[in-house]
Amino acid sequence: MRIPCPWCGPRDYSEFRYGGDAAKQRPVHGETDAKVWHDYYFLFDNPKGPHDEYWQHVLGCRQWFKLARDTATNEIGEVP
Amino acid sequence: MSDRYSALALARHALQPDLPWPRAWRSPEPKTSYDVVIVGGGGHGLATAYYLAENHGIRNVAVIERNYIGSGNVGRNTTIIRSNYMIGGNTAFFEHSLKLWEGLSHELNFNCMVSHRGQIVLAVNPVQLDTFARRGNIMRLNGIDAELLDRGEVMKLLPYLDYSKEARWPICGGILQRRAGTARHDAVAWAYTRAADRHGIDIIENCEVTGFTMAEGRVTGVDTTRGRINAGKVAIAVAGHTSHVARLAGLRLPVESHVLQAFVTEPVKPLVHHVVSWGAELFYLSQSDKGGLVFGGHIDGFNTYTQRGQFGKIREVAECAVSLMPFISRLRLLRHWGGIQDMTPDGSPFICRTPVRNLYLNGGWCYQGFKATPASGWTFAHTIAHDEEHELNRCYALDRFEKGAELDEFGLGNWTYKQ
Ligand SMILES: Cc1cc2nc3c(=O)[nH]c(=O)nc-3n(C[C@H](O)[C@H](O)[C@H](O)COP(=O)(O)OP(=O)(O)OC[C@H]3O[C@@H](n4cnc5c(N)ncnc54)[C@H](O)[C@@H]3O)c2cc1C
Ligand SMILES: [Zn+2]
Repeated sequence: MRIPCPWCGPRDYSEFRYGGDAAKQRPVHGETDAKVWHDYYFLFDNPKGPHDEYWQHVLGCRQWFKLARDTATNEIGEVP
Repeated sequence: MSDRYSALALARHALQPDLPWPRAWRSPEPKTSYDVVIVGGGGHGLATAYYLAENHGIRNVAVIERNYIGSGNVGRNTTIIRSNYMIGGNTAFFEHSLKLWEGLSHELNFNCMVSHRGQIVLAVNPVQLDTFARRGNIMRLNGIDAELLDRGEVMKLLPYLDYSKEARWPICGGILQRRAGTARHDAVAWAYTRAADRHGIDIIENCEVTGFTMAEGRVTGVDTTRGRINAGKVAIAVAGHTSHVARLAGLRLPVESHVLQAFVTEPVKPLVHHVVSWGAELFYLSQSDKGGLVFGGHIDGFNTYTQRGQFGKIREVAECAVSLMPFISRLRLLRHWGGIQDMTPDGSPFICRTPVRNLYLNGGWCYQGFKATPASGWTFAHTIAHDEEHELNRCYALDRFEKGAELDEFGLGNWTYKQ
């Protein structure tokens, strides 16, 4: 899989680190309900299909960015 | 219906070549209704069906498989079976599984080629060997066999490893479980299928579950590509597709789907007589009866449903192989493939009821579901039959993260593969 880094262009996936589901909203600072944190930290939509996600170009420019990928095909779409 | 396999049957068929072997299982049309519908005809779904009939007398059961039997992870794994676990819950469960493996070929009247060739995990520093001693002691206190090996003993058993001064990870010793080993994965799938079929259970291949029917918060059946099927109870056992299928019932789970690759080299003469696992990286290797070295490593590391691995991981696993066993660099890779496995935060599975009444879940097997197949089916069948977890699977509940009751076998914290 080749990942288009917005800064460096397309590079092999092995240069990147995966950062997980980008659709998740971190609970607000000071949130005290353990259930809210549980759901944020432990539960995933894990869809078979379109997925917005974070990647870091860890062996390149080291920038974090968002990527749209289809988990059923690994096809990469526009960076949202 | 299939007749019994025996030496006599073999002789009869040898002498009468025109007498065809009967099909090992029927290919029935789905009925409109069953007491229990199992979604997913992998090892776990099939074993569950068998034990529902065998242990609980529940025979009006269908196993609905999207593809053909053996097409999922049950036919894709590296076939390692062992019970060297040390966390409460895991210890008893996986030992129960290994005990079931020991009698499985006889019980199912099918040669599952269970081989107790022993598994050796190699320690690459003295501290790791200390943790192996602790693990071994806990296992022995639970009646499970474990032996600690020093470097000299490992050298005798595995003379082909790199013991040179240049070895990147010097081998200090290891832990051996003699009763661990391998089993022929396809045979296990076929054996449970045939045994369930002989109990009158319908095995329905090429039929995908596309939704659940519900009434008053209970599941009442499934929609499939071959029509609607009503069910008293529905049990999900779809491995890598756990999130995808559970979502059809409105559940959001602590699961991510990832691809794990496996590799086989060209065949060589008998060389590796054990299952060898490495303490430096996740790497495990055994030799198949055909002579190929079968090995694997970590998952690729990002959620995906494509059963295709990335090249970078092939390189990393090959580096592990060569680092531990330099001679491997001269062998060619014959085949490699991927399977989608459902990863959980603590690396442990789910065998439990769900918030939806009459809907049961078996999943989250990560790297370890093949060895668990017999006990998984055995305990899941109990859970379905009694609407209650058995003592052996009570720890595998869906709400354990809310309760702080994680089963973190290696003490590494949650979502280790993301760290
Ligand atoms: C490469 C690899 C190596 C492994 N090595 C080992 C090992 O050495 N030791 C070990 O213990 N474990 C190992 N595992 C893990 C083990 O293989 C799995 O945990 C186990 O097989 C999962 O359970 P299963 O057999 O029921 O899964 P599967 O065989 O995958 O069964 C699930 C079935 O559900 C079906 N399904 C999915 N969605 C639907 C639907 N909507 N409707 C109907 N059917 C559906 C699928 O087609 C599939 O056949 C390995 C896994 C992989 C991928
Ligand atoms: Zn970059």
